[in-house]
Amino acid sequence: MIELREVHKAFGTREILRGLSLEVPEGTNTVIIGYSGTGKSVMLKCIVGLLQPDAGEVAVDGDVVGSMDADELVRLRGKIGYVFQSAALFDSMTVDENIALGLRRRGLGDGEIRERIDESLGVVGLGDAGEKFPSELSGGMRKRVGVARAIALKPAYILYDEPTTGLDPVTSAVMDELMVRTRDLGVTGVIVTHDMRSAFTAGDRVAMLYEGRIRQVGAAAEMRETDDPVVRQFIEGRPDATLSLRRPER
Amino acid sequence: MQRTAIAAPQWGRFVAHVGRWTLGAARALGDIATWRSHLVVQMRRLGVDSIPIALFIAVFTGIVLALLSSYIFTGASPLYFVGALVGKTVMMELGPVLTGMALAGRVGANIAAELGTMKVTEQVDALETLAYDPRSYLAVPRVLAATIMFPIVTAFAMAVGVLAGWITAVNLLDLSTQEFWKGLRQFYQFKDVWFGLVKSASFGAAVALMGCYKGLTALGGAEGVGAATTRAVVLGCESILVLDAFWALVLL
Repeated sequence: MIELREVHKAFGTREILRGLSLEVPEGTNTVIIGYSGTGKSVMLKCIVGLLQPDAGEVAVDGDVVGSMDADELVRLRGKIGYVFQSAALFDSMTVDENIALGLRRRGLGDGEIRERIDESLGVVGLGDAGEKFPSELSGGMRKRVGVARAIALKPAYILYDEPTTGLDPVTSAVMDELMVRTRDLGVTGVIVTHDMRSAFTAGDRVAMLYEGRIRQVGAAAEMRETDDPVVRQFIEGRPDATLSLRRPER
Repeated sequence: MQRTAIAAPQWGRFVAHVGRWTLGAARALGDIATWRSHLVVQMRRLGVDSIPIALFIAVFTGIVLALLSSYIFTGASPLYFVGALVGKTVMMELGPVLTGMALAGRVGANIAAELGTMKVTEQVDALETLAYDPRSYLAVPRVLAATIMFPIVTAFAMAVGVLAGWITAVNLLDLSTQEFWKGLRQFYQFKDVWFGLVKSASFGAAVALMGCYKGLTALGGAEGVGAATTRAVVLGCESILVLDAFWALVLL
């Protein structure tokens, strides 16, 4: 389980997270929604140890990320896959090499690496793209390679940072399906998204991050029927004048 | 005066930050399995591919030095001193420093722009999530490659600089080959060569370190990468001048 307890994070004088607390139960897809600039990606980076909270703590399977040494961080990252918003593929490497990089770090042999590459590319429907470079792929294909790179590691958790942003509706639906299928394989997902269709298709639980804290969290069906005006406005995408005044500064 | 007072603590913080970062990179040196396979690739990219520009500079440095020394010595000292001045200056100073400056532009900018782009496109974060230390994977092979290859490129530049000086002396000045080599040999010491090569190794390390540091700490988008690249080249050149003075104080 991933737990965030009273996490604070600021960049200079700009406070992003202001006491965020959240539990991500195992075996579920938990979706984080919220306005741009409210710290959703910062939260993901705190979970994987790319950023350290200024106060509070993040724990994965009971181990506090902030107090880990370099070796423990390596072990932590061994059980977390990360799908970046921009895919963050290594542009000097082919798709195969991108996927193999993390596997090689885990000490797998060439045969097993080949198997994992084929398996993960098969799952994302890109079985014939292995020899291509990222520059030869469309945005949607790159995101799917990003997912393939994450699932090839067979992680316990996958963190998805805006996996459907910039994709056409059909490719978005393919991504949603992928995230559901990955959860069905037993992988716990944390999905940061602005895409409400994706949130309610791929998510079991939905949490709204607002002004640096979790405003509301609950099962996807409950959240859809919420009475909270801020959450409702966001889910329905209504430019309500009074509420939009409360929107945090970017 | 006030500006100096403000700038001093900023410089102190910068030096402390670079120092801590360099210590981290030194620790990353132990992760041999990560950087070993990239070393040869970087030696070719940063070193072998830099040889043409280094030789181009060396040719013209040799020509100018021969003409300049002839101008200085005519009527004052025997002309075979031309060989001595060309040899000493190319080996001890201009070979290492001019090659270092040219490579600070080429190598420092290349490293900072590449790593800066990786940083702002989250490729460096991606490396970390795959359990790699970016300093082991990206910085160590580049710094080692530059430290090894700068002296090799400089050695070629020294040889070509002296050859260019000799060809100039024989063809444009009233100097025979025997006279030129007499001057060169009379004042030559083995220290001239190793002094130049030791310096150039330190220049390579400094230029690559600045490129890696500025690249891996780049912020923002294209503008941030541009700023990091410019700063890496400037810091690389400044480091070369400081190290040049340091080695002169320590070794001469």
